[in-house]
Amino acid sequence: MSKEPVLEVENLVKHFSVTTRGILLKKQVGVVHAVDGLNFSVNKGETFGLVGESGCGKTTTARVILYLEPPTAGEVYFEGEDVTKTFKSKNKKEILKLRRKMQYVFQNPYASLDPRMTVADIIMEPFIIHEHVPKKKRHDRLYELLELVGLEDYHAERYPHEFSGGQRQRVCIARSLAVEPRLLIADEPVASLDVSIRAQILNLLKELQQNFKITYLYISHDLSTVRHICHRVAVMYLGKLVEIADTDELFDFPLHPYTRALMSAIPIPDPRTKVSRIILPGEVPSPINPPSGCRFYPRCPQAKPICKEKEPELLDVNPKHMVACHP
Amino acid sequence: MSKELLKIENLKTYFDTWAGVVKAVDGISLEVEEGETLGLVGESGSGKTVTALSVLRIVPRPGKIVDGRILYRGENLLEKKENEMQKIRGKEIAYIFQDPATSLNPVFSIASQLIEVIRRHQNVGKQEAIEKAIELLRLVEIPDPKIRIRDYPHQLSGGMKQRMAVARALSCQPSLLLADEPTTNLDVTIQAQILGLMKNLKKKLGMSMVLITHDMGIVADMADRITVLYAGRVCESASTITIFYSPMHPYTEALLTAVPHLAIKREKLAVIPGTIPNLIEPPSGCRFHPRCKYARATCSEIVPPLEEIEPEHYVACLRAKEIAIRSPLES
Repeated sequence: MSKEPVLEVENLVKHFSVTTRGILLKKQVGVVHAVDGLNFSVNKGETFGLVGESGCGKTTTARVILYLEPPTAGEVYFEGEDVTKTFKSKNKKEILKLRRKMQYVFQNPYASLDPRMTVADIIMEPFIIHEHVPKKKRHDRLYELLELVGLEDYHAERYPHEFSGGQRQRVCIARSLAVEPRLLIADEPVASLDVSIRAQILNLLKELQQNFKITYLYISHDLSTVRHICHRVAVMYLGKLVEIADTDELFDFPLHPYTRALMSAIPIPDPRTKVSRIILPGEVPSPINPPSGCRFYPRCPQAKPICKEKEPELLDVNPKHMVACHP
Repeated sequence: MSKELLKIENLKTYFDTWAGVVKAVDGISLEVEEGETLGLVGESGSGKTVTALSVLRIVPRPGKIVDGRILYRGENLLEKKENEMQKIRGKEIAYIFQDPATSLNPVFSIASQLIEVIRRHQNVGKQEAIEKAIELLRLVEIPDPKIRIRDYPHQLSGGMKQRMAVARALSCQPSLLLADEPTTNLDVTIQAQILGLMKNLKKKLGMSMVLITHDMGIVADMADRITVLYAGRVCESASTITIFYSPMHPYTEALLTAVPHLAIKREKLAVIPGTIPNLIEPPSGCRFHPRCKYARATCSEIVPPLEEIEPEHYVACLRAKEIAIRSPLES
């Protein structure tokens, strides 16, 4: 695998303002610090995992990268091109060109497919928008895509409600692949599926990557699937990255206390392994008033006085491992 | 241990819908002994929840229990009158629902929802009930119980709501707790908190528990015995160690290999082909045969009975003895 970065995220910030309805004007009463200064890069052909609990800003990060939400600050580069600048330029041609390169697979295959379109319409809609496949070849391409994701030809004429969750997710993947993207952002693609179906979709994603050299940004809260599919993993807590490392390195030597707690919390399907579980006290604080200093210190079993005052930086421990924790 | 508290025999619960009769539970038998935790494992549509709802006879319409016996302390619950059942629900057998956000009433405060249960089953005054309620919140480790008791469900986070639901279920010290995917909607660190709490309370109060889940990791940690369900029938029933280390049913094997394991890295996950069958016209014979790699012609003809193949190890598979499954944990 080359070390050539495809996606670079620099100091990405996304805040949402919380307003109340005043008499005439909306009044701002607070700011949700959904994403607060992220730095990471995703290399070509790899699967980069973004892990964290609900509300930590994983999905917001993905949405900001694709400019589904404009960032508050910071930059996103895709193959060296400034994504934010392109989207802001309102140059439709350029925007479409960029959209073709980056695609999204949504979490919930029940909500992300239009119930009134047949699978053929759904998968062929990108051809109409991007016009990258000549009209005569569109049907051939459709059947190719269906085969690719393990669906049959006769499925093309059916509607989403006729499919099971796993099959719907296959349709979503086929739709994303229709534009031949270079980066696929998969936002919890298996979270709503049954265990026996999960393995099918994960294997499919792996296969597609090997065949087409697609880069994945894989977002999940489930560390066991992350371990299975990702090459590198970033752990997020309350809008910040706390640790980035190669998958094996992260799972074998987790350094950040949050990563350790997260890993020890996963139930292991083996009754003979008894893990000493680190149970974190309390819950994730509100991102409206995040704690000062290190955001994890109120729940951290190893907190020191400095943690409350100074925010730790994400620093290299070794070439494969970065962590944001006071030594 | 060894005294049985709950025994379900050949339970059948069907849903009569416009499309046909859905055989959600089709002849399930299981037992729960006093003080033990039984893990009820299966995918969606396997009949886990309907089984638990049948025990309390609260299966929603058009569901109907059509056959079988549910013996609780030797008495058949299906023969009880409705007012007798009301004395059992909440007092003897309590239920924790999957989604705390919808199982708590949004227009009543936490206090009134706890007091309702306490006063219904125990002969206490209002003031005493409030004190008991506060004590319960303390038991489930909710901080500042005196203040939080006045809150409404929307003011609580998901984890807090589930603690509330646990408190409500335990309010009358039931002998049996039916916990239906109690942590599915929670984050892993909160899940660890709630499971730890339930484990401690179970020990403290000496109750039995039926833990319904699809997560093999949770049952490995919590259950003494496991019953694996598939498409409304029991596949296998044995102690937790046996299920994980010497499973005999192909579906159990498939479940164990399809789950990504944190410690074991595999290049490719084993896949169970196909999808969960439609329960209006379930496959003939063994319901798993269309997806089973060991299936033979006879599997589609004969319904495999649940047999005790080894002591305390029940398997419903015609070929259980020949196929010699190896546990994925052994390799």
